[in-house]
Amino acid sequence: MRKTMEIMDAQPQITPLRPPVTLPAPRAGAQGGPAAREGAAPAVEASGFSFWYGAVQALHDIDLSIPERRVTALIGPSGCGKSTFLRSINRMNDLIPGVRHEGDICLHGRSVYERGEDVVHLRKRVGMVFQKSNPFPKSIYDNVAYGVRVNGLARGRRELDEVVERSLVRAALWDEVKDRLQKNALGLSGGQQQRLCIARALAVQPEVLLMDEPASALDPIATQKIEELIYELKDEYTIAIVTHNMQQAARVSDFTAFFYMGRLVEVGRTQQIFTTPREERTEAYVTGRFG
Amino acid sequence: MTAVTWRHRRRRATSAVMLALTGVAALITLLPLVLIFGYLIREGASSLDLAFFTHTPRPTGESGGGMANAIVGTLEMVGLAALIGLPVAVLAGVYLAEARGSRLATAVRFTADVLNGVPSIVVGIFVYLLLVVPMGGFSALAGAVALATMLVPMVTRTTEEMVRLVPRELMEGGLALGVPRWRTMLGVVLPAARGGIITGALVGVARIAGETAPLLFTALGNQFWQLDPRNPTAALPLQIFAYAISPYDDWHRQAWAGALVLILLVLTLSLGARFALGRAQRT
Repeated sequence: MRKTMEIMDAQPQITPLRPPVTLPAPRAGAQGGPAAREGAAPAVEASGFSFWYGAVQALHDIDLSIPERRVTALIGPSGCGKSTFLRSINRMNDLIPGVRHEGDICLHGRSVYERGEDVVHLRKRVGMVFQKSNPFPKSIYDNVAYGVRVNGLARGRRELDEVVERSLVRAALWDEVKDRLQKNALGLSGGQQQRLCIARALAVQPEVLLMDEPASALDPIATQKIEELIYELKDEYTIAIVTHNMQQAARVSDFTAFFYMGRLVEVGRTQQIFTTPREERTEAYVTGRFG
Repeated sequence: MTAVTWRHRRRRATSAVMLALTGVAALITLLPLVLIFGYLIREGASSLDLAFFTHTPRPTGESGGGMANAIVGTLEMVGLAALIGLPVAVLAGVYLAEARGSRLATAVRFTADVLNGVPSIVVGIFVYLLLVVPMGGFSALAGAVALATMLVPMVTRTTEEMVRLVPRELMEGGLALGVPRWRTMLGVVLPAARGGIITGALVGVARIAGETAPLLFTALGNQFWQLDPRNPTAALPLQIFAYAISPYDDWHRQAWAGALVLILLVLTLSLGARFALGRAQRT
């Protein structure tokens, strides 16, 4: 109970959603003028968001904003609600019977839970990459082309070819598969399959990319490739990544949000979270003392 | 030391005995098929000639003739039953897999399981009351409906199982791309389950192809050519039944031949199912 109270008390401290601009931007040199982006509105903004699976409350009153064209890492021990939060953004949890929510999540200022919101269209705008790579049992080409075809995003064969190539290039997979586009995707290695899933998500031109532990089932080399890819993609995309791997969060993200027992404990610049966390609990977690 | 080796020996002996027992049990399950097949070939193969496949039965007392009308009748009725039953069964199976916990799904699943256990003769009587009486006569159509009634619950359940075997992540992967649920089902999940669904369908069709009881009160049987599904129609199982209980040696031989043809038909379907599954798994 006291722990809960501590967390509750901590809430006001984390309300400044975007960190003050005065903080030095991480990797400022590599980014090339990030200051211009600091003023941008958050891509995703949750306010007072709570979520229940039946009678079990999985999320408590989450206030979190995910800034545009940045990588935000969601960390925390298993069952802390980070995946639930991620899946609430593109309403993937809708499929589970008996769920309900309170509060709101906005995508570029518009509620995703608004009455009349087209879930199918929402999911086109918010791409998702899953923990277990899930390529369709189709050819490599068709995997990437599928969402494009269904959403009618390409006119004609040539344009579709271009989209497929561009997406595979963007996902750093093109060179490895360009000679076997018509081969079944299930023949690829685990890391390649995951990059294919990223290419597939990119092909429908999402505004936000959600990644649910995208590298947890991969070996270190494949993991490194995915991380490099994430780093590259943030020039163009807003990325939210759930990870159990603290080093990964530190390596790829600009901002880090620490979840614990369904609550958002602390959010801030990744550097700050890992070096000078405001909350004791955050420090305990990032230094590996629990979780 | 000795205790260890003794225990070790006992363990190995137990293993050997169990292996032998399970092996024998496996052979016993194989035995009936081998025996039936061998017996049918011995008794029926000699009566299989071109006439058997091209001629209709001769009148009582005359020798010769064949079961051409019954073979065609069986194909006609099984084909019709598949045409009626398979779309319903596959769609219902998809519904059961998707609406897993809903009250309707639970009710349908239970009903299908009960229907699977209903004696086939009862299905025949049911269709007799449902179709034969109102239509004023026996017909291939009634026979096909009776067969479809048996086919639907079988294939519904296998389809459900096959769709459920497709990882949930595949459906989510489709939805996450902004593909509507029905389209993900059609374009991603069903193709992934295709092999299993086809196998289930073929096994179901093979199973009804050999059914006799549901046809007794519905298709009735016929000594002559009859291609109009509104009229009584011959079927292999019916013809075998009629000939087998007749007093004539010539008809007995033809019943054996008919049984051989029927089992070959069913075997072909089963092997086709295997082949379809193997191919679907490879691609």
